[in-house]
Amino acid sequence: METTATALRRRRRFAGFGLVLGLVVLGLLRADAGVRTTFVLNDARGARFPLPDLVVPVTGTVRGLALVILALAVVQALRGFGRRDAAMVGVMGGLAVLALLTWAGGGTSISVVSLLRGTLFAAVPIAFGALAGVLCERSGVINIAIEGQFLAGAFTAAVFASVLGSAWWGLAGGILAGALVGLMLAGLTIRFAADQIVSGVVLIVFATGVTSFLTSQLLAGTPAWNAPVRFQAFALPGLSDLPLLGPIVFDQTVLVYLMLLAVAAVQFGLFRTRWGLRLRSVGEHPAAADTVGIGVLGTRYRAVMLGGVLAGIGGSWFTLEAASQFSKEMTGGRGFIALAAMLVGRYSPVGALGAGLLFGFADALATALQRLPVPIPSSLLRATPYVITIVVVAGLVGRLRVPAADGKPYVKA
Amino acid sequence: MSADAPDRGTGEGLAGRVRDAVLGASARLTLLAVVAALGIGAVVLALSAEETRAALEDGPGSALVAAGGAVGRAYAALLQGSVGSLGALSETLVAATVLILTGLAVTVPLRAGLFNIGGEGQVIAGGLIGGAVGFAVTGLPTVVHLPLAIVAAAAGGALVGWLPGLLKARTGAHEVISTIMLNNTLTFVLIWILTLPLVQVEGRSDPISRQVLDTARLPRLLEGLRVDAGILLALLVAVWVLWFLDRSTTGFELSAVGANPAAATAAGMDPARSTITGMTVAGMLGGLAGGALIVGLQGRVTPGFSAGLGFDGITVALLGRGTVVGTVMSGLLLGALKAGGRAMQARSGTALDLVTVIQALIIVFIAAPGVVRAMFRVRADVGEGARISQGWGS
Repeated sequence: METTATALRRRRRFAGFGLVLGLVVLGLLRADAGVRTTFVLNDARGARFPLPDLVVPVTGTVRGLALVILALAVVQALRGFGRRDAAMVGVMGGLAVLALLTWAGGGTSISVVSLLRGTLFAAVPIAFGALAGVLCERSGVINIAIEGQFLAGAFTAAVFASVLGSAWWGLAGGILAGALVGLMLAGLTIRFAADQIVSGVVLIVFATGVTSFLTSQLLAGTPAWNAPVRFQAFALPGLSDLPLLGPIVFDQTVLVYLMLLAVAAVQFGLFRTRWGLRLRSVGEHPAAADTVGIGVLGTRYRAVMLGGVLAGIGGSWFTLEAASQFSKEMTGGRGFIALAAMLVGRYSPVGALGAGLLFGFADALATALQRLPVPIPSSLLRATPYVITIVVVAGLVGRLRVPAADGKPYVKA
Repeated sequence: MSADAPDRGTGEGLAGRVRDAVLGASARLTLLAVVAALGIGAVVLALSAEETRAALEDGPGSALVAAGGAVGRAYAALLQGSVGSLGALSETLVAATVLILTGLAVTVPLRAGLFNIGGEGQVIAGGLIGGAVGFAVTGLPTVVHLPLAIVAAAAGGALVGWLPGLLKARTGAHEVISTIMLNNTLTFVLIWILTLPLVQVEGRSDPISRQVLDTARLPRLLEGLRVDAGILLALLVAVWVLWFLDRSTTGFELSAVGANPAAATAAGMDPARSTITGMTVAGMLGGLAGGALIVGLQGRVTPGFSAGLGFDGITVALLGRGTVVGTVMSGLLLGALKAGGRAMQARSGTALDLVTVIQALIIVFIAAPGVVRAMFRVRADVGEGARISQGWGS
């Protein structure tokens, strides 16, 4: 385990982080004293069991939250929280975000429901991409190409849904394209034992080139091929009437439900089935797996292809739910955020969902803040998810346990 | 061939493997990779051409003729636009200037086993800071102002390269993720900075910087052509990189650490320091590329001026097989492809993105020589399929 010296250094670093955070929050003052922020807890369309709005005074709330953060930082510095150190950093960050929202929403109202709905919605590509990464890397293949799978999936989903006139066909197209890029990655890294990170980067450039080329060459001339029929939100009867939780979780689009199902399925499959055990063994010690009769290369092929299927679903989100048509390079680096989410989620499907929700929240928060009278330029707000990724990866990756054979081609001795 | 020419098949350690991976395959395989990429590009072009679809109604035979015609026209325009005239050669050199510098920005850290995908962010920083010195500092003669702007660009890029190096050395954050996130961050920060009062052109509401003063602009080399002193700067820098990697102590440490971190540590070198140095020098080179672009051809900073340049650099470095001379040569080759691609888009209406597809195919074939071998039935070579990069854990 960790030596006391590094643990102490880490504790000090966390405490320093909390101290700075608390002081920044304390600095969030508003000139107009006595102003209040309203947190709306109901769906805009009306709820069957309405909740009262939460109205809080800005100054008092922000100061109170700052004091709690500072107190936590002091405790952190003095004796630490042991195993809950990292969690406490999360708590401090959460409190700071709450203070930021209270401050930004002063004089107006913030819809908690639409913020959290947006979080779940924006988490879809990140979670699917991270799941794809988990499957590939647990089997020993680094998948940098998620961004390329997103682009290919988004493009094909748009064309299929436009030409065949159904969002479900679009989803099928997205899955096909994602799996195809997965097959190319598998071929390069497994069959030809090429460098895995270079192969991934190459496939991103390739997918970017092909989709951009076909967009200007084909779609620009025939707009009917780029007018996808999109998925509509549908409420699950009964469950969607629950207060707060109903409109956030149970009145969503198809891919959000699919994401929750996929996370549960992969989590169960990886850790509770023979298939998952074999997949993980191939990623940890392929030679041993080979000895007991598990086909290493075949298992890796299937894992990478299945990852491609999941990444393809994530790619479909861009054109079947988020935007109304395909445009060049529309994925905007989300494939890499998914990669970071996989690392933050520590190679576990549930962790991938959690990290996806974190980044989704950053996305939704940036969108929500753009609508409020906040003196922060919108271009800087749009950069926040990327900055968060750097901070989180820098804070966590060093302490990751990577699958032992991750990134190493298997050559039978 | 050159001072940094490979000795084949010196297998052990990462640098050995890097060399085998990027140098081991023969020049013939490189050529075949380019040919194969152009061939597949032709197929993609033929399948997507307007004429082919139109002629398909008259039967497959005439569709084939139409497709052949479309490919012929496009590739003729590509050749004409890259080397067909003095003007075309000038455009090739203009494109090559940036490609050589961004390519070197990938080649140098590759020696230390680092994969720099942050070229784009480094170009942004270099262009922005070099440009800012170019338009904000007044009253200097050219001999002072221009070098100042270029040094500022290099420093700006170096800062952006240093950060992921530091993060990797201190926390283990993989440079691939942190550099890409920096690219995206800087893209948005750039848009914000371009709207600040001291930067933005007065009276404009869109993000665009002031014009770089004439005293800080790179001089044009030939009357009426766009090629400027940037290409000389790029070649000069390439000579410096050659010296740095092969003759300097720091450069030696870089390669040693890349080859075998444990042995290098035992010999008293510091892998963490090499990681930081490698990324900082890479950032400096990327910053120079951005600076050369802004104080050269462009004259002002605009959003998206850097789009795709970092990934271009990766293609150049891999095609150059990790050597300085190879990087310069592949920078010239891909510069020709780019200049020709623009001419192709203008003359035959084929989208420029085809060039991106061809580039990607070239690196596919370089990274996985087995694919080319399977296509052309070439004999096996030393150093097949070796690893170039490091995984998350290392």
